[in-house]
Amino acid sequence: MTKPLLEVRDLRVEFPTRRGTLTAVDGVSFAIAPGEVLGVVGESGAGKSLTGAAIIGLLEPPGRIAAGEILLDGVRIDNLPHDAMRRIRGRRIGAIFQDPLTSLDPLYSVGRQIIETIRTHLDLGDAAARRRAIELLGEVGIPAAGQRIDHYPHQFSGGMRQRVVIALAICAQPQLVIADEPTTALDVSIQAQIIALLRRLGRDHGTAVMLVTHDMGVIAETADRVAVMYAGRIVEIGPVAGVIRAPKHPYTAGLMGSIPSVVDDRERLVQIDGTMPRLTAIPPGCAFHPRCPHVFDRCRRERPELLDAGATRAACWLHAPGAREPSLGSRSTKVGS
Amino acid sequence: MIRRLLQAIVVMLVVAFVAFSLFQYVGDPVQLMMGQFATPADRIRLTHELGLDQPFYVQFFHFVVNALHGQFGVSLRIGKPVSVLLAQRLPATLELSICAALLALAVGIPAGVYAGLRPNSWLARTAMSASLVGVSLPTFLIGILLILVFAVKLGWLPAFGRGDVVHLGGWSTGLLTRTGLESLIMPTITLGLFQLTLIMRLVRSEMLEVLRADYIKFARARGLSDRAVNFGHALRNTLVPVITITGLQLGSIIAFSIITEQVFQWPGMGLLFVQAVSYADIPVMAAYLCLIALVFVVINLIVDLLYFVVDPRLRVDRPGAAGH
Repeated sequence: MTKPLLEVRDLRVEFPTRRGTLTAVDGVSFAIAPGEVLGVVGESGAGKSLTGAAIIGLLEPPGRIAAGEILLDGVRIDNLPHDAMRRIRGRRIGAIFQDPLTSLDPLYSVGRQIIETIRTHLDLGDAAARRRAIELLGEVGIPAAGQRIDHYPHQFSGGMRQRVVIALAICAQPQLVIADEPTTALDVSIQAQIIALLRRLGRDHGTAVMLVTHDMGVIAETADRVAVMYAGRIVEIGPVAGVIRAPKHPYTAGLMGSIPSVVDDRERLVQIDGTMPRLTAIPPGCAFHPRCPHVFDRCRRERPELLDAGATRAACWLHAPGAREPSLGSRSTKVGS
Repeated sequence: MIRRLLQAIVVMLVVAFVAFSLFQYVGDPVQLMMGQFATPADRIRLTHELGLDQPFYVQFFHFVVNALHGQFGVSLRIGKPVSVLLAQRLPATLELSICAALLALAVGIPAGVYAGLRPNSWLARTAMSASLVGVSLPTFLIGILLILVFAVKLGWLPAFGRGDVVHLGGWSTGLLTRTGLESLIMPTITLGLFQLTLIMRLVRSEMLEVLRADYIKFARARGLSDRAVNFGHALRNTLVPVITITGLQLGSIIAFSIITEQVFQWPGMGLLFVQAVSYADIPVMAAYLCLIALVFVVINLIVDLLYFVVDPRLRVDRPGAAGH
């Protein structure tokens, strides 16, 4: 891999509460290369959105980064002063949120919001910023951008608004865009368009994308690499083809088994028994062991770190040197009960 | 907009009817004016002169027509036309109310914004606790306490009246003389304090609400400056509900000035009204009632118009703008 654009090392996000400290993200490490699309997948509460929020420095208090480092282009950004971090947001790291219906200020025209963002980050006059805003709206696929620029958010449909949000995220040509569930709130037909748009923009501008989602299908279509999160930790990370075709962690295998496929002729989808533990009750050892079909003694005692497992890296004792060779399910074999 | 205007007219007619009904049911003005030694002939003559012997609906019709011309008849107590009396008293009440409203807005909005942005600072906490006093203490008590401290004990400010006034055309103002300004201070605080605390608490809670909204989070993620986020986006969104409440509160400032004017013997319409009530001076009461109703209706219309300025969602889409 080339020199990473973003590097996250041992990130730990904590929420102090009255009944003790909750660790929502625990020892997460990964890197994103320039122009790369990293998918981050997991159930709600797995810590994937919080990881994104921590990177752009927008954790909601009382949440805080308790340990670890975040580096952008080799420079630490997790301990920057407020104003320096603000200049990175939007300029070098763009963000896209889940709900396009509520992401835009209802009282300003979309053009004004784009121009405002452009002028915050780039040294452009009002007229130049407006021309650029119209270009951007055209680029994200809004027809008649020259007229639409003066319209208000409520005059756009959900899919169109998400396009505006994307235009806002890329308007200062950031090196990285963090897209937090960008398609979850949209119609399935529009989801595909938005994903295609994100992919095209990433390619055209060389923008790296961290795509946070719980939708494996979106990841499979878009990402170069994928990180699977479970209970605040990355359990598997690797090239998307490897993770999807030959998952090495039982949890990933379970996720893959739960995706409907038009190719395979299966009667029932597989589901993983049980639910993800709450942050207050993460089991000792491997957090997944109570639900794991391959559980053995060591899983209950020790927590596995990420271990090399063929093309990917998985946090599972099955891949420890000397362990019995695992035979996990993939898309075509059955997993679990 | 036209529907709003029609509604306003209906409201005014209803109020006018209530005001008019006062004539029928409250006391006997003839009795009050003539005293107990009047002869029956005198009574009939006066009843006729005042138009009190005509049928109900004719009286109401005359009442509305006259009201539209600003004529509410002659004060039963003072014997001067009500319109003249009100015109004399109007400047005092308006000056007091506007000063109180400006005070409430000028202090309430910034204090509320501050308390919303820094909800945990000691200053915000202190202000919030203090505002409870403002909300719960009755107006007259605040007035009396102020008089006790600043007029009686310290002797800094006059306890009552309006001080020296300057007449500019038909308008008498106390804003141009030293005593006039001094006299204005305590009544303004008394009248404005309740609204001030109300506006402050409202702005604070709205601000806290708006700051949690997704578009504020997104505005931060876009890297906008705190100033732009807090004032450009959060405050503007806060103002939509604040305008409603504030507008209505301005109406009640004028209406509530009755109590403050009574406490400070402020020569405004409220004091005129209180005196009118004790004498069953119905033309004055009716005129006052209609005037206050008019103030409320006008303020409501202005509030509706302001909505259109502030909130683009309420503006009607231009043709061709919608439907993409």
